[in-house]
Amino acid sequence: MTEPETTGPREIRVVLVDDHAMFRTGVRAELGSSVAVVGEAADAQEAIRVVLETQPDVVLLDVHLPGGGGAEVLRQVHPKAADVKFLALSVSDAAEDVIGTIRAGARGYVTKSITGDELVAAIVRVADGDAVFSPRLAGFVLDAFAGSEPPSVDEDLDRLTSREREVLRLIARGYAYKEIAKELFISVKTVETHVSAVLRKLQLSNRYELTRWATDRRLV
Amino acid sequence: MVPGSPSWRERARACDHRRVSTTSTPYARGQVPPLPGAGGPGAPPRFVRRSDGRLVGGVASGLAVHLGVQPLAVRITFALLAALSGFGIVLYLGLWIFTPLDQTVARQADEQAPAGIAAATRAGKRRRRLRAPRKGDLGQLVALCLLGVGLALLVQQTPLGISPTVFVPILLAGLGVALIWRTADEQERRRMFALSPRAPWLAPLVGKGGAVAIFRLAAGAAVIVAGVVAFLVGQGQLEATLDSLLGVGAVVVGLALILGPWLWRLWRDLESERHERIVSQERADVAAHLHDSVLQTLALIQKHAHDPREVVRLARGQERDLRGWLYDDLADDESSFAAALKKTAAEVEDFHGVPVEVVTVGDTGIDDRIRAMLKAAREAAVNAAKHSGADKVDIYAEVEGDDVELYVRDRGKGFDPESVPEDRLGVRRSIVDRMDRHGATAEIRSAPGEGTEVRLSTRRGTA
Repeated sequence: MTEPETTGPREIRVVLVDDHAMFRTGVRAELGSSVAVVGEAADAQEAIRVVLETQPDVVLLDVHLPGGGGAEVLRQVHPKAADVKFLALSVSDAAEDVIGTIRAGARGYVTKSITGDELVAAIVRVADGDAVFSPRLAGFVLDAFAGSEPPSVDEDLDRLTSREREVLRLIARGYAYKEIAKELFISVKTVETHVSAVLRKLQLSNRYELTRWATDRRLV
Repeated sequence: MVPGSPSWRERARACDHRRVSTTSTPYARGQVPPLPGAGGPGAPPRFVRRSDGRLVGGVASGLAVHLGVQPLAVRITFALLAALSGFGIVLYLGLWIFTPLDQTVARQADEQAPAGIAAATRAGKRRRRLRAPRKGDLGQLVALCLLGVGLALLVQQTPLGISPTVFVPILLAGLGVALIWRTADEQERRRMFALSPRAPWLAPLVGKGGAVAIFRLAAGAAVIVAGVVAFLVGQGQLEATLDSLLGVGAVVVGLALILGPWLWRLWRDLESERHERIVSQERADVAAHLHDSVLQTLALIQKHAHDPREVVRLARGQERDLRGWLYDDLADDESSFAAALKKTAAEVEDFHGVPVEVVTVGDTGIDDRIRAMLKAAREAAVNAAKHSGADKVDIYAEVEGDDVELYVRDRGKGFDPESVPEDRLGVRRSIVDRMDRHGATAEIRSAPGEGTEVRLSTRRGTA
């Protein structure tokens, strides 16, 4: 999550969604001129309206939001504007929030203690269509997909490949994508591909273990 | 309104709490397999109606759990008993009335959640994520009902049977009671769905004072009246009964007019008093916590305003504490490896002022080897915090089967492991030797400018 590869001349358009005005101001200041903040919203309904109006590249979405939370925004915007990508930004790092938001369609999850540079890097990554996994999220995913599983219909979806597992483990150990690439002798692009594949599985899998793990933590 | 009376609700809740205390340990979350003392197995579970996996009132599935048999067997038994002049139906209704509802579904929604999550959920800042109550199989219900009715009709033809003039009214009355009681239960569920923003069109059905519930109540009453009337007509006693019924009705109405408002107010007062007591207790807890920790930290931060490093350390420690309190329900578990590791990391962080991030996958109990590993991990983290110059330390631990692996990593200046001077024995003695003594391995990877990673691995079980 360290190397912001600012691709292309086009500026990334961002909408900030958070119910604390002070936090929005802070993020706006931290982002500075690296991205264009085209809108802000303080609750779910306003967020849905602003996002649909402005059609940004990336929405920085607070998970705990009046009017049904970030998940509600994801649920309503996703079918209407599939190109808009969401990066969840929350003070909570509880499993149900992290996994729940990813399963609702966010392409990444970072906590609010993230530094400005890291946040910009994460926004760039999400805008490029890649996934942003924090060490903690990687840990949750490994936990959820742990254990052996009897063969199922969707075998591809319900199981992490050993390579994906390796990549996730390194993320959980605090490695940046570039460091993972070096460690495993693969390209950064390949690392990104693996992480995106994991994201897809996390969102689509009906894996029994995942479901059970999720319901243990009161989310579906 | 028996179902609404406080004592009935209290009973349901009291029994609910007892269940929570035996099952809400991490064991129930499928996380910490070998922890002892997680719930008392052996004793059969209390008989409560199940809120998930029920077909009608949850009586059969609850009874099945209590007796340790298949729910289908209990249901078939009820159907067979129903053939004996409707005995099964009456039995079912009786159990339905007098057995409290277990609140599995409601509990999952709110009570088990860590404080921060629960609060955010209540404030509507999160989508309410109920585990959908497992839908009972409608087909099975219909089949069982048909089986019961069929058998009943069959028994009618034998000398064992009772005449339709009695049987049909009983059936009707039973249906009516079932409808009314179904409404009573619906109120339980309604509370949980009331805030659901997902399906606004459900509002009239699940909202307060739903017209459908009233309709159902009226329909139930009508069916009961029809049943009673049918019975009386069958017995040819309608005239006489109507007269005495009129008298009884007048007395009841009179009593209701006199006592009703008073009883109603009494009940409302009790409810609101209980509610206020809970709220004020919660408020006291929060105030105490804020005073103890946050306020103290703010005072300390003001005192140390000239020392940015100390301010960061204090803020970080407070953040961790508050975060644990709000979002983590495993924080104080002393027999959990993950919790112990987090605690170790927190201590290092506090002492050396460098953030230590911990990610764990899986969990286990603590034995000698794990204890040695925790000590080695602490040493590695302290080294990283003291000497590497990195601005944070990452710890990752994974329990897979019997293998336990732990990584401590920093992005600091690193060193050449081959040329560690003899006087700096900290790494070798504390980490490598300690792990060796416990039949475990430690491996240190580092290079100047590349940071350092210490890899510890061991197996569960006593050394």
